[in-house]
Amino acid sequence: MLSVSDLRVKLDSFEMRASFDVPQGRKVAVTGPSGAGKSTLLAALGGYVPLLDGRISVNGADVSHAPPDQRGLAMLFQDGNLFPHLTVAQNVGLGLRPSLSLRPDERARVADSLSRVGLDGLGTRKPAALSGGQQSRAALARVLLQAAPVLLLDEPFAALGPALRAEMLALTSEVVTQTGATLMMVTHAPQEVAQHVDDLIYVENGQVEPPMPVDQTLSDPPAGLRAYLGDPGQV
Amino acid sequence: MAPGAQPVSARPGIAAATCVAAVVLVAMAAVIWRAEALTAFGAAEWQAVRFTLAQALVSALLSVALAVPVARALARRRVPGRAVLVTLLGAPFILPVIVAVMGLLSIFGRNGWLNSLLEAVGLPTMSIYGAHGVVLAHVFFNMPLATRLILQAWQAIPAEQFRLVGQLGLGPWTVFRSLEWPLLRQVVPGAFALIFVICLTSFAVALTLGGGPRATTIELAIYQAFRFDFDLGRAALLSLLQILVAGSAALLAFWILPPLAVQRGMDRPAQRWDGRRAGTRAVDTFWIAFGAAFLLLPLLSVLLSGVGALTQLPASTWRAAMVSLGVAGLSTALLVALALPLAGWLALGRSGALEGVSLLGLVASPLMIGTGWFLLINPVMDPRLLALPVTALVNALMALPFAVRILVPPLRQSLTDYGRLSVGLGLRGFAAWRIVLLPRVRPALGFAAGLGAALSVGDLGVVTLFADPDLATLPLQMYRMMGRYQTEAAAGAAVLLLGMALLLFWLCDQWGRYAER
Repeated sequence: MLSVSDLRVKLDSFEMRASFDVPQGRKVAVTGPSGAGKSTLLAALGGYVPLLDGRISVNGADVSHAPPDQRGLAMLFQDGNLFPHLTVAQNVGLGLRPSLSLRPDERARVADSLSRVGLDGLGTRKPAALSGGQQSRAALARVLLQAAPVLLLDEPFAALGPALRAEMLALTSEVVTQTGATLMMVTHAPQEVAQHVDDLIYVENGQVEPPMPVDQTLSDPPAGLRAYLGDPGQV
Repeated sequence: MAPGAQPVSARPGIAAATCVAAVVLVAMAAVIWRAEALTAFGAAEWQAVRFTLAQALVSALLSVALAVPVARALARRRVPGRAVLVTLLGAPFILPVIVAVMGLLSIFGRNGWLNSLLEAVGLPTMSIYGAHGVVLAHVFFNMPLATRLILQAWQAIPAEQFRLVGQLGLGPWTVFRSLEWPLLRQVVPGAFALIFVICLTSFAVALTLGGGPRATTIELAIYQAFRFDFDLGRAALLSLLQILVAGSAALLAFWILPPLAVQRGMDRPAQRWDGRRAGTRAVDTFWIAFGAAFLLLPLLSVLLSGVGALTQLPASTWRAAMVSLGVAGLSTALLVALALPLAGWLALGRSGALEGVSLLGLVASPLMIGTGWFLLINPVMDPRLLALPVTALVNALMALPFAVRILVPPLRQSLTDYGRLSVGLGLRGFAAWRIVLLPRVRPALGFAAGLGAALSVGDLGVVTLFADPDLATLPLQMYRMMGRYQTEAAAGAAVLLLGMALLLFWLCDQWGRYAER
């Protein structure tokens, strides 16, 4: 269970408030207008911005002030998810341990993880030698090894084309289902991810609404979300 | 920032800064303490201050004034050898002062090419010794530096703007007013300030070409007070003056100093459509030829006269070369050990205000630091035993401001790009440096280390204080040879020293560039 209570974050003049629970294994999309606070919410959960107030707990453990790597959550950003000077295998291996020298059994796990995301035999390449989709897969392979109870995605597939993005979403969903992790992903297009998530969190003006079942919310959106999505009839 | 949201902490940097400050302040304290009573501020001191400021001012003015037309010509002409010339403009920065002085002597000296020419046509000859010689050498060193800084800014003007100039058929005056003048206004004050500060602490040039009451810098006066008179009161007073003068100048200049970047890609001029008239072309050609001749003739002359003597160098010269290599190695290691944590600390902060710490190395006089440590070591042990480590340390402090300015921008960029990712994966402290930051900034580190190594191997400064007949660095050995009029041997040593400086720089820079991206 990811539990957020009375969370307050202040960045310059912008303030974000959130209070919600996400049961373990649930998949949640976070959506809302640009500048509403979606990325700030994820950064606060990930431990990259200080909390003004409130509490974050992962499976009962209070991680409100823990450093980012000790919160039981893995995070993928919009860009810069791989170190360009390391090989794909080294990048993925960092999910196990912050070191480049892995034991043979650990190397085997890296290879296994790479093959699960369809990157068999590409471990020795540098990220620049991979396509955009393959780079996303490599980052996912590392997330697999991190085996964190919560996975946070801040639009990591935004730069991919529609077909690739759909493919990556499907793969992510599959991976998360396998590991039983809780998933929170920021998206600008909730319809696009609807089939892969259970719930939807709507963020507007720094106010984070509690999660609602995605089908119900999209078929009958509340006023703010309706305005954000646009009236399909008028397109 | 949330706690632990940055992969590296400020602590090692603060520790490094404390070490730097301690080395400088302890030396200063020692000088003052041993001085007992500061000598009264007399006419000689006043003269040294005035000369120091005047020569720095004139050197900086001349360097920038000559650099503008050369940079302008290089920015808009594609002449054969342009790329080589632009690369060579970086050479004086790592050129050992004593080698350059030797080259200048062979052109402008008593038996130099210029005087032979003047004699041949029946004109009175000129002497290079004195204030004008000091300025000449400073311009030789800094005009290329200014040219590079200005050229760099010139080439940052987007190609589209020159396309527009060509499209509209604008004349040179309009181009100057609309494009070039705003640019010069931005870059020239910074270049001027940098050169002014560098010239303020000039020692080796004043030692070799200056001297006498009319051409003695504060730095040289410290050396004379210490070495000839062992007048510690006077040395202490001069050290304080130096800190005051150079310190206030550096603090003022700091805000307009240009960033030092690993300069690549300056070898290709933008496509230009202006300045195609024969007159402009002739003017540009003149300036490029002037820049090339001024830079290359002295070096060429050293090479010509020295290569032959290279095989006949006495064993003592080779021994001195090994000593110099050792000093340079130690100095570079110290430089890297201080610059990396310091730059890491500064890169964490958003503003560059803290960079002032690294300026201590520029501000504090190397001779003062040397004197102070000599006094501290003297009662405990033979200071000559520590001459080389102290020299290496002082050399590292001198190169530190440059190294920090080179390292901070790429470090800041790496922290912005990969800081979150590193922290999320638990890469912190040493692991973050080893796995993330060092590989990212390796080109800049190689460049900075190369500068440090070359500066150290060619430095003729603190080591003169400790002068030991048996244990000299190569520049000191060369200086002694020149004093004994062993011109040929000195020329051979100059070629060796030049080769060492260039090789050390090249090796470090190559190490940086080898980085697999």
